[in-house]
Order: sequence, then C-alpha cells, then structure tokens
Amino acid sequence: MTPADVSAALTAHGYLPNDGLTTSVFLAMQLRRPLLLEGEAGVGKTELAKVLSAWTGGELIRLQCYEGIDAAQAVYDWDYARQLLHLRAAEATGETAGRSSDAVEAELYQERFLIKRALLRAIGHGDGPPPVLLIDEVDRADDEFEAYLLEVLSDYQITVPELGVFRAATPPIVILTSNRTRDVHDALKRRCLYHWVEHPDFDREVAIVRLRVPECSDQLARQVAAAVEAMRDLNLYKPPGVAETIDWATALGKLGVSTLDQHSVETTLGTVLKYREDHDRVRKGGTQLLLEQAMGHR
Amino acid sequence: MSANTRDAGEIAVAFTRVLRGAGVRVPTSSTIAFGEALAELGVDHRDHTYWAGRATLVRRPEDIELYDRAFAVFWEHAAANTIFELTEEEEIQLVVDSDDEDDDGDTPDEADPSDEPTIELRFSATEILRRKDFADYSPTELEQAQQLMSRLRLAGSPRRSLRLTSADSRTARPDLRRTVRAAMRAHGEPMRRHYLQPSTRPRRLVLLLDVSGSMEPYARALIRFVHAAVAGRQKVEAFALGTRLTRITRELASRDPDEAVSRAAVAVADYGGGTRLGDGLRIFNDEWGQRGMARGAIVVVLSDGWDRGDPEVLAEQMQRLQRVAYKLIWVNPLKVTPGYAPLARGMAAALPFVDEFVEGHSIDAIEHLADVIATP
Repeated sequence: MTPADVSAALTAHGYLPNDGLTTSVFLAMQLRRPLLLEGEAGVGKTELAKVLSAWTGGELIRLQCYEGIDAAQAVYDWDYARQLLHLRAAEATGETAGRSSDAVEAELYQERFLIKRALLRAIGHGDGPPPVLLIDEVDRADDEFEAYLLEVLSDYQITVPELGVFRAATPPIVILTSNRTRDVHDALKRRCLYHWVEHPDFDREVAIVRLRVPECSDQLARQVAAAVEAMRDLNLYKPPGVAETIDWATALGKLGVSTLDQHSVETTLGTVLKYREDHDRVRKGGTQLLLEQAMGHR
Repeated sequence: MSANTRDAGEIAVAFTRVLRGAGVRVPTSSTIAFGEALAELGVDHRDHTYWAGRATLVRRPEDIELYDRAFAVFWEHAAANTIFELTEEEEIQLVVDSDDEDDDGDTPDEADPSDEPTIELRFSATEILRRKDFADYSPTELEQAQQLMSRLRLAGSPRRSLRLTSADSRTARPDLRRTVRAAMRAHGEPMRRHYLQPSTRPRRLVLLLDVSGSMEPYARALIRFVHAAVAGRQKVEAFALGTRLTRITRELASRDPDEAVSRAAVAVADYGGGTRLGDGLRIFNDEWGQRGMARGAIVVVLSDGWDRGDPEVLAEQMQRLQRVAYKLIWVNPLKVTPGYAPLARGMAAALPFVDEFVEGHSIDAIEHLADVIATP
C-alpha cells in the first residue's frame, strides 16, 4: 500500500483528502498508531472515520466522549438484570442447592453476561477486517479517562478482572477527534499521529461538492464554493465548514436551483449559517456583493 | 501570665493612652477589661480589636467618632511598622503618642521617642496585608500574598454530572450492580435494594487576566492568584488578555509559583502593552469559548475595563460569552476607589452582560471573589 492507494481509496468512497491527510492516514494504518485529528467543526474529521470503515470493510465503532464518561459506558458493563434473573432461575430450579456461593458467583461472570461497550468491542473483535474505532471529541472527556485511553491504545488490550485479558489480534484503526476545548494530554498526543484538518482550497471544495452532490452542476458547485469562501472571510461566529457547503449545495439541488441568485441565497442561508448574528452580518454586507464574488470567481 | 495575655495587656495599655490623648476619658477598669477582651479574641484581626475596644472603652455615643479616629491612627501606626517583614508575628516598638488633628501641644515629638514610654507590641502583619491595595505591594509582600492566595479554596459551584453514585435514600434509578452483588450473598434473594443518584462535578473555571499597561500594578499580584487557582484545582483555564490573547494554563501549571509566573510572563509577549479587550474576547470566543471551554463554565474577567478598542465590539463579545457561560464575573481592582463609577468606556460597555461585578484590589477582595465563584 502507498499513500496514493489511500488517496484513491478515500476518493472512491467520497472523501477528497489533501496530501497531508493522505499521508497521516497511510502512516496510521502502517504503523498501527491512533490518528488524532483536530480542526474547525465541519471540516470532515468524523467523516474520515466513516469513509475508512466503508473502505476497509471494518465495523465502525463510535465512542462519543463527554464529561463524566467512565469505564462502564466506554469499556464494558455487566448485564445485572440478566444476572439476577439467572440467579433467581437457578434458585427456583434448585440448582444452587448445596453449592458454594463462590461457585454460584463464578457462574454469573461469564462472557454471555458481559455487555461490551465501544472500546472492548474494538479490541475484542473476532475475525474479519479490524474495526475502525472513532473516539469522537476526546477533549470533552476527563483527564482520568484520557489516561485510561492511553493505556488501551498503547497495548490494545483490556483487562476484565472476572474474565481475564482481551487482546486485539489485529489492532483497530483508531481515529480520535478533538475540538480543542482544552488541550489533550501530551502523553496521549505522543502516542498518536497528529493532523490538523484545514478547510479545503477552492478547487478541492468544488470537487467535494461535485462528488457528494452529483445533481449539482459544475457551475453551481463553483458558485457555492466561492460564496462559502467569501463567507469565511467575513469574521463570522461560525464560518461554514465543508459539511455546510455540502448541505447548502444539496438544498439548492433539491430546490432545483441551477444558478445562485439573491432569492435562492436568502431562502437557503439557514443551511450554511447557524447564528442569527452571522445572518445579519451577511445580509448587512449585502448578499448582492457575496453573489458578485461568487459569480466572478474564476 | 501567658505571652498572649501579656501582649493583649500591653496593647490595651498602649491604645488606652492614645485614646485618652484623643480626649476620651478611660477608667483603668476599662483598660483591664479591654486587655481581657483582647486576650480572648487575639490581636490578629483589626475588626476584633476594634470591637473589643468599642465594647470596653467607649461609654458615650459622642466618643465613637473620637474612638474611630484614635483607632485608625493606632492601627495605621502599627501597620506602618510591620508591613515589611512578614514572617510570623513581628515584634515592634510602638511609640505611644496621641497623634491627632487637634493637637494641643502635649503631643510628644515623634522624632524623639526616648522621652516617651515605648511599649512592645505584637501584631500580625497578615491582617494588614489582607486589606492592602495590590498596587502598593513591595516584592516581599507579593510573595507573602502568594502564600495567602494559595490557601484560598476555589470551590466553584458544582453541576450535576452524568455519572451516577450510590444514593443513601431511594431514588428513581436502581443500582443493579450493588443489588446483584448483595443478592448473591443472600442466595439470589434481592433483599436489600441499592439506588443511584447523579453525582456532582465542579464547573470549569476560566480566568481571563488583563495584562495591559493600566493593569500593571494589579496584574503582577493577580497573576499569582491565577496561578494559585490553576495549580490548586482541576479544570481551570487561564488566559492573558492584552493586545492579543495568550493561553497561559500550561505555563502556570508548575507548582513553583515563581517559575510559573515567570514562564507565563515569557509567554505573554505584550505584558504591559495596550488593551483591546473586545478583540481579545472575540478571539477567546472564536477559538475556545464557543467551542466548549466556556460552556457551562464560570468565567472570570480580571480587568480595570480601560479599553482602547471599540466598545461595541466589547459589548457584543461579552454578550456572546455570557450566553455560553454559567456565570460571568468581572473583577475590577478600581471598583473600590471612593466614588468609582464605571466610566471607562470599555467597562460601561461590558457591565450589562456581567452577572457579578466585584472588587479585586486586595487579598480580602480576592477572598470575596472566591466566595462569589463558589456561590451557585
């Protein structure tokens, strides 16, 4: 496999990476290292994991991080309700009679009562292609959880005290994303490959729109990409990401718009901009001006 | 007689002389009572000393004003002699005089204290330091202040977490794990049921310290407060606001305060420069706040509100910040100034979007700030 293969494969699955991202993904797969992606919201961090899963055929296992996430939600838990039922059933049929409580207890901690959460599923998977483990917004989790992740991602193994060690035959492909609400710990960063995902340049964005929204004409795709590019220069609260560009092109396509005009921009602005202040700013700056920029582009 | 009682007695005698000099008639029995009161209350707190004296030495309302003046003079005198060396309690020589505005000639000459009886006096310098304006601090005091601040408990009001902990009483959520474990001991009979309740977590605390020129005398003390906050608690983020925004959390994470502060000073290239608060806050909102750092957090802006930027920008960014923050606190060291009105354009623009507006000129004020942070 070469980086060019990675690029071709991702493109074939609807994701147009630039060289930096291609190389990072290639290295992550070859070196079996987690890949930490940072970048503005909507530049396609999460999307990459989905595309990788579609390409490799490995199951996409997503772990959405949040403050207070703990092992029972991320690694494994026991199915206590089933354990209790099992215990009651054994009691009722007299199976427990004359047996030590240790023996009864051991019976309850079998793998069939184990609920595997994302991390254990990613580590303890069976045959087939390794899964793609997406650890989304890792910056939202607590430090303790990050430290735990570090351990899991270093050895790709998880210990369940009652059952023993689960070890991945082939480690999963791991994508971590962060929105930089706080710094991810250095120790975790050291373990990962790192890539800062940029907004795509104009031509790539046009290509992305063409790829993802086939019904959108080349002309409209260029106008949309140019208008979005102009909006990114307007000092908005939330400059539109690629995700918004695609949404916008899709919306325009559904409305049967073939070329941008003032009316179509104003009625569909909500798919691109998500703050009232941003709407005001674009309107004040003049959608007309925006259009001129969009029309005059290349 | 214990050392403490002796000190109290000596202070009682010394102050009584000052008070008599001010024109208040004080019988000896009152002096003794004052001494006893001080022995009970200690002599470390200005307020305690003040009220002990008021309770034992003043008999007529007309004397209160005289008492207040005498007390102020006495206290300042004691303070002036103690503020430079701050280790433990300081032994000083106090010249007893009746320094007052309506001197009538029998005031002893301060330049020649040998004529007068001198009395040894023990005073805790800490108490004086607590009220002193940061701008008047000497380097030694700064260090002492750091110690006081590092003892501050910045609790922060808790928020409910998704995480569950075991509950003492019956709640809506059963704790199956513990119930099953307990049932096992009872051979499958879930005799005792356990329950869960949401646990609480401290809110994130975000500190934005103005390091512009006008804040300089305060910033050097306040950065020590910021350091104490970062070093003493989890989930604290710190930024320096000047002509630009600098994140200093990592620099301040060092336990050694001097090292931390000097590393932060290196990181902040525009220390003592101009201020464009609005732009700084905009960058904070864009890069950090909106994304999640300020969400549900307690955000503290430490600034005098002097802003050379556009007040409209500042107002807009404050509004944005207030919308995502749990509580937005503005700490202004100038607020204590008599007759202070938030006339600085920046301050006036920011004020409508502030949940709490507090002083920040002294350790007492910072301690009050800690209370405000802790109040839900």
